[in-house]
Amino acid sequence: MSPELPIKIVLDVASRIRKAYPEEERVEYAEKRGKDLMEAAHWMYISHMMDQNESAGVMAAHSLGEPGTQMNMRTFHYAGVANINVTQGLPRLIEIVDARRVPATPSMEIPLVSEIDGLEMDEGIARHIASEIEVTTLLDVASILTDVTNMVLIIVPDARKISEKGIEPEDIRERLNKVKAVRGNVDIDPTNGINIIARSDEPSFKKLQSMYDTIKSTKIKGIDGITRAVLSKDGAGWKIITEGSNLKEVLKVKGVDAEHVMTNSILEVADVLGIEAARNALIREAEGTLGEAGLNVDIRHIMLVADLMTNDGQVKAIGRHGISGKKSSVLARAAFEITAAHLLHAAMVGEVDHLEGVTENIIVGQPVTLGTGAVNLEYKPKRRTE
Amino acid sequence: MISEITKKIGSIKFSCVSPDEIRKMSKVEIITADTYDDEGYPISRGLMDPCMGVIEPGLRCKTCGCKVDECPGHFGHIELAMPVIHVGFIKDIKMMLESTCCSCGRLMLSAEQVQARRESMEKMEELGGGVIDLKNFSKETAKDASKGMECPYCGAKQVRIKLDKPTTFRLDTGDKAAALKSQQGVVKASASSKLTAKEVRERLERISDEDLRTLGMDPETCRPEWMVLTALAVPPVTVRPSITLDSGDRSEDDLTHKLVDVLRINQRLRENRDSGAPQLIVEDLWELLQYHVTTYFDNQTSGIPPARHRSGRPLKTLAQRLKGKEGRFRSNLSGKRVNFSARTVISPDPLLSINDVGVPIFAARELTVPLYVNAHNIEKVREIIRRGPMADRLTFPYLPGANYVIRADGRRIRVTERNAAEVAENIDIDYVVERQLMDGDVVLFNRQPSLHRMSMMAHRIRIMEGKTFRFNLCVCPPYNADFDGDEMNLHVLQSDEARAEARILMQVQENILSPRYGGPIIGAIHDHITGAYYLTHGDTRFDRFQTSNVLFKLPVKTAAQREESFPDDREHGYKADSADYSIELPEPAGSDEKGEPYWTGKQLFSIILPEDFNATFKANFCHNCRDGCQKEGCKYDAYVKIRDGELMCGTIDVRGIGNSKGKILDRIARDYGSARAAKFINQVTRLVLGALMNHGFSTGIGDEDIPEEAANQIAVHSQECIEKVAGLVESYRDGTLDAMPGRSLRETLEVKVMGTLGDARDHAGEIAEKHLGMENPAVIMAKAGARGSMLNLSQMAGCVGQQAVRGERLSRGYHGRTLPHFDRDDLGAYARGFCSNSYKSGLSPTEFFFHAMGGREGLVDTAVRTSRSGYMQRRLVSALEDLKLTSDGTVRNTIGTVIQFRYGEDGIDPARTVGGKAIDIDDLFYEVLPEDEAEKLIHPETKDKGDDYGTLEKDEMGYSDEDGDNEGEDSGIDDIEGGDD
Repeated sequence: MSPELPIKIVLDVASRIRKAYPEEERVEYAEKRGKDLMEAAHWMYISHMMDQNESAGVMAAHSLGEPGTQMNMRTFHYAGVANINVTQGLPRLIEIVDARRVPATPSMEIPLVSEIDGLEMDEGIARHIASEIEVTTLLDVASILTDVTNMVLIIVPDARKISEKGIEPEDIRERLNKVKAVRGNVDIDPTNGINIIARSDEPSFKKLQSMYDTIKSTKIKGIDGITRAVLSKDGAGWKIITEGSNLKEVLKVKGVDAEHVMTNSILEVADVLGIEAARNALIREAEGTLGEAGLNVDIRHIMLVADLMTNDGQVKAIGRHGISGKKSSVLARAAFEITAAHLLHAAMVGEVDHLEGVTENIIVGQPVTLGTGAVNLEYKPKRRTE
Repeated sequence: MISEITKKIGSIKFSCVSPDEIRKMSKVEIITADTYDDEGYPISRGLMDPCMGVIEPGLRCKTCGCKVDECPGHFGHIELAMPVIHVGFIKDIKMMLESTCCSCGRLMLSAEQVQARRESMEKMEELGGGVIDLKNFSKETAKDASKGMECPYCGAKQVRIKLDKPTTFRLDTGDKAAALKSQQGVVKASASSKLTAKEVRERLERISDEDLRTLGMDPETCRPEWMVLTALAVPPVTVRPSITLDSGDRSEDDLTHKLVDVLRINQRLRENRDSGAPQLIVEDLWELLQYHVTTYFDNQTSGIPPARHRSGRPLKTLAQRLKGKEGRFRSNLSGKRVNFSARTVISPDPLLSINDVGVPIFAARELTVPLYVNAHNIEKVREIIRRGPMADRLTFPYLPGANYVIRADGRRIRVTERNAAEVAENIDIDYVVERQLMDGDVVLFNRQPSLHRMSMMAHRIRIMEGKTFRFNLCVCPPYNADFDGDEMNLHVLQSDEARAEARILMQVQENILSPRYGGPIIGAIHDHITGAYYLTHGDTRFDRFQTSNVLFKLPVKTAAQREESFPDDREHGYKADSADYSIELPEPAGSDEKGEPYWTGKQLFSIILPEDFNATFKANFCHNCRDGCQKEGCKYDAYVKIRDGELMCGTIDVRGIGNSKGKILDRIARDYGSARAAKFINQVTRLVLGALMNHGFSTGIGDEDIPEEAANQIAVHSQECIEKVAGLVESYRDGTLDAMPGRSLRETLEVKVMGTLGDARDHAGEIAEKHLGMENPAVIMAKAGARGSMLNLSQMAGCVGQQAVRGERLSRGYHGRTLPHFDRDDLGAYARGFCSNSYKSGLSPTEFFFHAMGGREGLVDTAVRTSRSGYMQRRLVSALEDLKLTSDGTVRNTIGTVIQFRYGEDGIDPARTVGGKAIDIDDLFYEVLPEDEAEKLIHPETKDKGDDYGTLEKDEMGYSDEDGDNEGEDSGIDDIEGGDD
């Protein structure tokens, strides 16, 4: 069997020829040498192929695990100028193979489109979009005074802050009126038209206090989960880097270059964009983490791990709750973790171990089914003619 | 020799043992809790009954009549007076009780539901659903069934069951009101009544086989009532041997202790029950029996106190024997102890080939290789046996003797000085003789932690004097070994298949290219690099005397000589090691004033290059000149160009021959094969060491001397920076400091201060660097990539810089200050861990303390990291170990699920890639096209990017975080790590 030459190699060769020869000569040259080049390339390609029965998995595991010993535990990396803290190094790598639902430091990278409604993107618009994304709580834009004599809370919006965030007092009132604790009791102070007054429906200090506690952290604006959004200039365009991640909602925001939005929360990618995207996210994140630490690991190893983790349509963790816990062999599962439970369950349902994997065969003392152990040699001596 | 056809285990089925089977299997019913009588003989029908096998030499098993080691042991059993629940199945029992009717025992699902469930299960099996998927599905079935309140078959009202951990079931008969009341504490929950094990068993018996299948169980292998034990299997004595202490006392195994408890209570329970004791007493005893049986199975069951030994140590019962790292599975089944292995301290030997390992005679006399006697070798083998074991011949000349002879019938005869001649005469065809090691034997060599496959490689043996294993220094990186007391293991291969595989796949030379990144992992290190620099830098000249001196360091064995040194090879017809090491002295490059001929270093280096070798790259110390590369005209001699095996210009350093970065090495290994690469490494290391010895090399603290004026400059500048910091702090205090976007004022200050102080150190480094020129040995080591970095040097000569913990300036210790030497809330440079001194000038007491703080973080980090990454790797391996590349190019797991349709999307082996690319396009052009055309298509810029594969050395790891200003740990680490191995 001889597989086709990957198109990438053909294109690489073509682009070299294009760079070296003027347009008129290209075709002629390609016709002259093309066949020889491609044949030689194909031969080289074939000779670099991996051997059959190679234990590709173990190789990948080693290639990812061994550099792990060289990584730092506590490296934090500040994404760009924005000073957003992102977990890096070994903890991040562990997090990736664990397929944690929420990473320790979720973060998004949101490039913005260069043009919006015919307007060119500038800092003002970009800042506006950032404020659309970042969660703004009441306390961020206003101070809350407690008027004990009238049993009301007076919310005094900070004029500078609300204009910065593009919030009107009316927005705050509307938003607060949806909060259970003060529903229907919030109005704009008619005396100055800016302050907002939240009345208590029963005259108790306790109630007033609890109202204060609930409304002070009420979200006025922004997308849930995104605690900070920092603007940064990315070459010609603008980019927002966030602390916290909410891919689904961010994609809906106008002005966001949705095709290029990135999040480091892999499970979220899987939920929103599907399993193939999650696989690519896994590869990107793992490679980025290793690259950040200055370690070079062939991307094929990372691909294999990512493909295994996403094989059945869900992101499965590497470990007893994921891949290792779902192995087909009882002995392999028992040898990994939670030994007794696996054995007892196997006995109960009458499980049969077909001894196809590595661990099982080591346990019973047979050659493993990888590499040279995967093939059998049969020798038929020529019958001596008598 | 024809070996027997090995039996192969096809599959293993797991099942539960029924009480009947336990009784059938049992050779003796145990009725007494006593073990031995006064004479020390096992009591019949006691726990040590000789019917269950023997553990003392001389005695015979009463069941099979065999002696110790021949008798595998036989089970006994205990008839339990009352049934007892098996803890391991408690959850499953609960599930079954809940999902089946309490009166008729049918599954509480309608016929249609059952039908649907069964169909989906069959479908799942057909589609290759795993056992775990089926398990989860049956769990759901049970859950659905337990929702019903009324039996669809007999109409009985279902009674809820509560599990009182760990083993008691209660019937929840009380209505909701009662439960509510009990919650409020008004009435105590007396509404629930206990469900005894006997009743549980009766209910389980009622469940039909069909219903069990729906619940995912196999009634053939496990009926649910078997989970409630009526007979307890007693494992053979061989499973729980008692040990005789030196004092003559017997010490019983933990399992025996536990069984004694079970027997005692069982006895009392039976007596009390039969004599009609009050219900309460019987119930208490029953519960006690349950406790003992529970702890017999698992002594770490939550909810009950673990059974303890008299000394207070918790007993190690059945589950504990299997579980965990020291359990049967991980310690004895997944990893096994082996014979024919040795372990000792390692030490370096630059004169060995990378494929060799030096083995001390003492070890060689102990380790053996089996020789199969046949008509052709019988005389030779006799000769070996006649020499005897030669156990005291530990000096050269070395000749292998024999330790054992195994007769055709399998009997082992130990060869001694006395019987050697006689044994030698008596050998015959098909005998096996265990010959001692000799030069050329193939062994596996390993250093823990075995993190990748290069941690275990095959070497050829060289018998040596001394007591350590020795190997070539180039092989240190794959093993991650140094010689500060490290020990390594050696395993002698015992079969021809194993030897062949090891030689073809595992030999050191086959592992020069790492599968992690497709570059060399074996190559020149440390002094080799310095030597290469001295040999090839500029136009070093060697006169005839020096040339001879350097070249005589090269190994010069011809193919014939080489073959002779491994006599066994010829016998086996191996040809792999027959590389010709002969060299030819080139014409002298010229002659000096006196007319004496001389050779250049570049010429000498070219001798060992393959004749048609071409390469162009930049050396490690390339200055990346702003105004474009001068190429051949490089004034630093950093542009390396090799044409037709001739080093035209440039200096060879770590980028040429170094491990993980060496371009030349990379190319030779890829294009000329592993044997040629091995030869090149063997030659180059000796050559460059010869050059280094010819030149002479030493470094010391004096190399970090800088002129006084430079020291003053550094002091002045760092003083300026410190004042700048003071200014920053001041502006922070009076609020004139502007916060950076997205940062608090304090954070802004810290960032700015760190920047300023980082600048102070960098500047100090720059000044130091200016005064430490390329003739400085320490600088040469750093720039050529042999050892150390300019950062190290600038810390020694210039300024140590800011100390940091968690990437921040030091701030912990006292209230508002780090040490009592400073004012409270002093945010200045010195108060927060800035070291303006250099290592050489010596740190001040406070600086020293801060430095120790930074250093401590590095150590803690290392300790935490090893365990965390070790576990991660174990999980990775466990998840990925079964994946292999199948013959159709797909990657599949054991059950045949396709993980990748084409490995890595192109099917390329990472070890054979060119820096991750499937093929090297430049190579392709050179190969196919005439040279002028090829040159045209190659862009030198894209070609020589000089990738760094980024393998950090053990003791460089500490300061890999160079940008994080985390310079606390460096030279200190070396000393501390020196102790461990």
